[in-house]
Amino acid sequence: MVKRISQRIYIALIIIFLYAPILVLIVLSFNKSKSRSKWGGFTFDWYKRLFQNENILNALYTTLLIALLSALFATILGTTLAIALNHMRRLPKAVLSSIANIPMLNAEIVTGISMMLLFIAIDFKLGFSSVLIAHITFNIPYVLLSVAPKLRQTNHSTYEAALDLGAKPLYAFFKVIFPDIFPGILSGFLMAFTMSLDDFVISHFTRGAEVQTLSTKIYTETRKGIKPEMYALSTLMFVSVLILLILINHRSAHAEKEKTIK
Amino acid sequence: MRNKETKRRQKNALLAAPCSLWMIAFIIIPLLMIVYYGLTKREDGSLTLENLKLIADPINRRALWLSLKLSIISTIVCVLLAYPLGLMLRGLKIKSNSFIVLVFMLPMWMNFLLRTLAWLNILENNGILNTILKTLRLPTLHIINTPTAIILGMVYNFLPFMILPIYNTLEKIDENVINAARDLGANGLQTFFKIIFPLSIPGVISGITMVFVPSLTTFVISNILGGSKVLLIGNVIEQQFQKLNNWNSGSGLSLVLMVFILLSMAFVGQDENTGRGAATW
Amino acid sequence: MEQKKLIDLVHITKRYGNNVVIDDLNLYIRENEFLTLLGPSGCGKTTTLRIIGGFETPDEGKVIFDGKDITKLPPNERHLNTVFQKYALFTHMTIAENIAFGLKIKKKSKQYIKDKIKYALKLVNLDGYENRMPDSLSGGQQQRIAIARAIVNEPKVLLLDEPLGALDLKLRQDMQYELIRLKNELGITFVYVTHDQEEALTMSDTIMVMNQGYIQQIGTPEDIYNEPENAFVADFIGESNILDAVMIKDYTVRILGVDFPCDSAGFGINKPVDVVIRPEDIDLVAPEEGTISGQVTSLIFKGVHYEMEVLAGGYEWLVHSTDLSAVGTNVGIRVDPYDIQVMNKPESKDEEAANYEE
Repeated sequence: MVKRISQRIYIALIIIFLYAPILVLIVLSFNKSKSRSKWGGFTFDWYKRLFQNENILNALYTTLLIALLSALFATILGTTLAIALNHMRRLPKAVLSSIANIPMLNAEIVTGISMMLLFIAIDFKLGFSSVLIAHITFNIPYVLLSVAPKLRQTNHSTYEAALDLGAKPLYAFFKVIFPDIFPGILSGFLMAFTMSLDDFVISHFTRGAEVQTLSTKIYTETRKGIKPEMYALSTLMFVSVLILLILINHRSAHAEKEKTIK
Repeated sequence: MRNKETKRRQKNALLAAPCSLWMIAFIIIPLLMIVYYGLTKREDGSLTLENLKLIADPINRRALWLSLKLSIISTIVCVLLAYPLGLMLRGLKIKSNSFIVLVFMLPMWMNFLLRTLAWLNILENNGILNTILKTLRLPTLHIINTPTAIILGMVYNFLPFMILPIYNTLEKIDENVINAARDLGANGLQTFFKIIFPLSIPGVISGITMVFVPSLTTFVISNILGGSKVLLIGNVIEQQFQKLNNWNSGSGLSLVLMVFILLSMAFVGQDENTGRGAATW
Repeated sequence: MEQKKLIDLVHITKRYGNNVVIDDLNLYIRENEFLTLLGPSGCGKTTTLRIIGGFETPDEGKVIFDGKDITKLPPNERHLNTVFQKYALFTHMTIAENIAFGLKIKKKSKQYIKDKIKYALKLVNLDGYENRMPDSLSGGQQQRIAIARAIVNEPKVLLLDEPLGALDLKLRQDMQYELIRLKNELGITFVYVTHDQEEALTMSDTIMVMNQGYIQQIGTPEDIYNEPENAFVADFIGESNILDAVMIKDYTVRILGVDFPCDSAGFGINKPVDVVIRPEDIDLVAPEEGTISGQVTSLIFKGVHYEMEVLAGGYEWLVHSTDLSAVGTNVGIRVDPYDIQVMNKPESKDEEAANYEE
C-alpha cells in the first residue's frame, strides 16, 4: 500500500515537472503586467491584442503553412521511399534508410548549418522556400519510421490476389495496400507536422532575414522580453491541441468499447 | 520471367528515385559542404587542418568538455528518472498506452523556447521556486545562469524522449515471461536483473541517443538558462556562423562534433531502428 | 491402487472486482495423475492453474501441496513448474541459458547443469540446439524448449497452460503423444489446461469440465464422454443431440412426443429432463422399424463415416454412420436404451451455469 502511494507520488511529481512551465505560461497569458516577473492582476487583454498583432499572426501563418506543406511533401516522399525500400535488396535498402535517418540522428545544429551552406553556395535565396525544403528533409525519416513497420505487416499476397483478379497495379495498390498502411501514413504525417511546428534550430539557420516562424520570433525576443501576446497564442494552441486529443482519445476509447461488446 | 523481374526492379527504382534524389541533394551534399568548408582555408580555399585544430583552443576545448559533461550528466539523470517511471507505468496496466504517450508528448505542443523561458520564472533568484522556499522558511537556491540550470533545462526538454522508449519496451515484455522467471525460482531482484532489465536495453539505448545528442549539441538551452555565462560547443559553433560569419572554422568544429556523435552512437551500439522517435509513437 | 493426494484446493474463490471467476471450488489432484481442466474461454480454468502456480492468490480458500498450506507462498518457492501459453521463453538468452535458468538460480554445479541441459534436450528430441536463440525455432520447437526448461528443475507437478494452442493440427497431435510419453518417463503429475475437448480426451487420466467458475463434472475421459452429467458437458464434449424430454416413468422417456425405452430410473414420474444421444449411437433403419421416423436432409462424407441430418419429429437429428442413406430417403431412428443419457434439467445456481451458449 505504501509502495503504491509512493509510486503514485513519483508519477505525479514527474508530470508536475513536465507541466509546471506550461502552467507558468498560461498564467502569464492572463497577467496584466508586461513584465514576466511581476503579477499585475488578471486580464484578457493579450488575447484581444493577439488578433491585432500582424507580426505574430504572420509568424503563426508561416509556421502553420510550413508545417502543413512540409508534412505533406515529406509524407509523399517518405511513403514512396518506404514502399520502394520494401522490395529492395538488402544493401541498397540499408544505404538508403541510413541516409534518410541522418537528419534524425545528427545534431540539429549541424543539419541546419549544412543546409544553410548549400543554399548560400548555390545562391538560393534564404526565405520561405529554403525553410520549407529543410523541414521536408528532416521530416522524411519520421514518415519512414511510421510507414515502414505497417508495410512489413501488410500481406503481399492480397496485393497479388488483386492483380490476379485483373486489377491494374496502381488500382490494386490504392485498393489493397493503401488502406492497410494508412494509419502509418497518418501518424507519420502528424509526427512530421509536430516536428516542424516545434522546430527552432533548423529554421534559425535557413530562414534568412525576412521570414519569421513563431520559434525564431520568440528567440529574437528573448533578450528584449517576450510580448505577452505570444503567451496568449501558445496557450490557445496548447489548449486546442489538448481538446482535440481528448476528443480523439474519447472517440477511440468509445469505438474500442463497442468492439468489445460485439 | 527474368524480364519481368528486371522490369519490376526498374519500376521500384523509379519509385525510390524522387526521395533518393531529394536526400542526395539536401542531406548528402550539405554534409559534404561542411566537410569542404571544414577542411579548407577561409582566405584561399586551400586544404588545411587548422579548422579542426580550433577545438584545441582553450575556450573551445572548455566548451566541448563542458558540453560533454553536462550532456552525460543529463542523460544519466534522465535514465534514473525515466526507468523507475517506466516500471511504475507498466505496473499501472493501463489498457491504451496511447494515453501515456499522450501525457508525455503533450508538452511538446507548447513552443519549446517558451517552455524553457518559463523555467527562468521558476528558477530566478526571486522566482517561483525561491518564493516557495522562502515561505517555507527554507534556504533559497541560486540556480539560474549556472550549469545546474542548463542540466535542468536539458533534462526537462528531453526527458519525454527517454520515458517513451523505455516505457514502450517495458510495456511489451510479456507478463508470462516474468511469471516464468518467478516460476523457475527467481526472486524479485533476480527477475529484474536477469530478465526485465536485459529485455529493456533496446529502449534504454534508444532513449540515451535521443537525449545525449540533442543535449550535447544544444545552444538554445544554454543561451536562455545560462545567460551568457555558460558557453557550450553548440554556442561556439552558432557564434562562428551567426556572429563571426566564419564558415570554415564553424564547419571544422561541426566536423569535430559529428565525430563525437558518431563515437557516442558506436558506444551505445546504435542499430537501424532505434533512432530518435523510433520507439516514441 | 489409490494414489496419494498431492494437491488439494479447498473452497477456492477468486473475484476480479465484482466478477466471480471461481466460486467455491474444491478439487484434489493425485500423485502421478494427468488432470485436465477443460472448458470454454473465461470459464476459470486458467485462473485455477495460476492459483496452483502461485501467480494469483485466491480471495478465499486454501491451496494444500503435499500436506502443507502454500496459499500465500510466492511462485519461486513452490515445487512446481509451469509451461506457459505462447511458451514465454527468454528471447535474450540461448536455449541452453533458458534451460539452465532455474538451475543457476538454485546454484547447481556447472557440470550438473550441463548434464541436465543435455538430458532435457534429448528428452524433447532437440539434441544439439544448445546455442540457438529462441526466435530461430519453430513454434513446436519453442514449445519443447519451454517444457525442457520446466522439467530440468524436477518439479513434482508440471502445470501446462494451453501449451499446444498456438500449434497447427498435425503438430498438435504429435505433441499430444509426446506429452503422454514424457509424463510416463518422468512419472510426475501433470495439470493441463485446454479448451480442446479432443486433446483432453486423448491425454488425460481425469478431466475436470468447468464453466463460468463452476466444476461441471469430474471423471475419466470415458465417463465424461459417455455419461455427461448435464447438457453443458454433453454439448462441450463431442457432437451430440441434446433434446428436451419428459421422464414418463422409470425406463421410459418421451422425446418429441414419442416414448423411448431407456436404462435410467429414479427421476420420478412425468419429470422434464434433458437427454443426450451421441450421433454415432443412432441406428438408421427402415421407417417402420424405427422408434421415430423422418427424412434425410443432408449428407456429408467425413472420411471415417458419413454425417447425416435427419428431420424427424420436428428436430434435426445429427447422425454418424458408416452406411450411407441418400438425401430424401425416409428412415427410421432407433437408439439402444443404454445410449440414451438422461440428465436433470438445470435447477440450482450451480447448474444454471450449464446454460452455455455458443
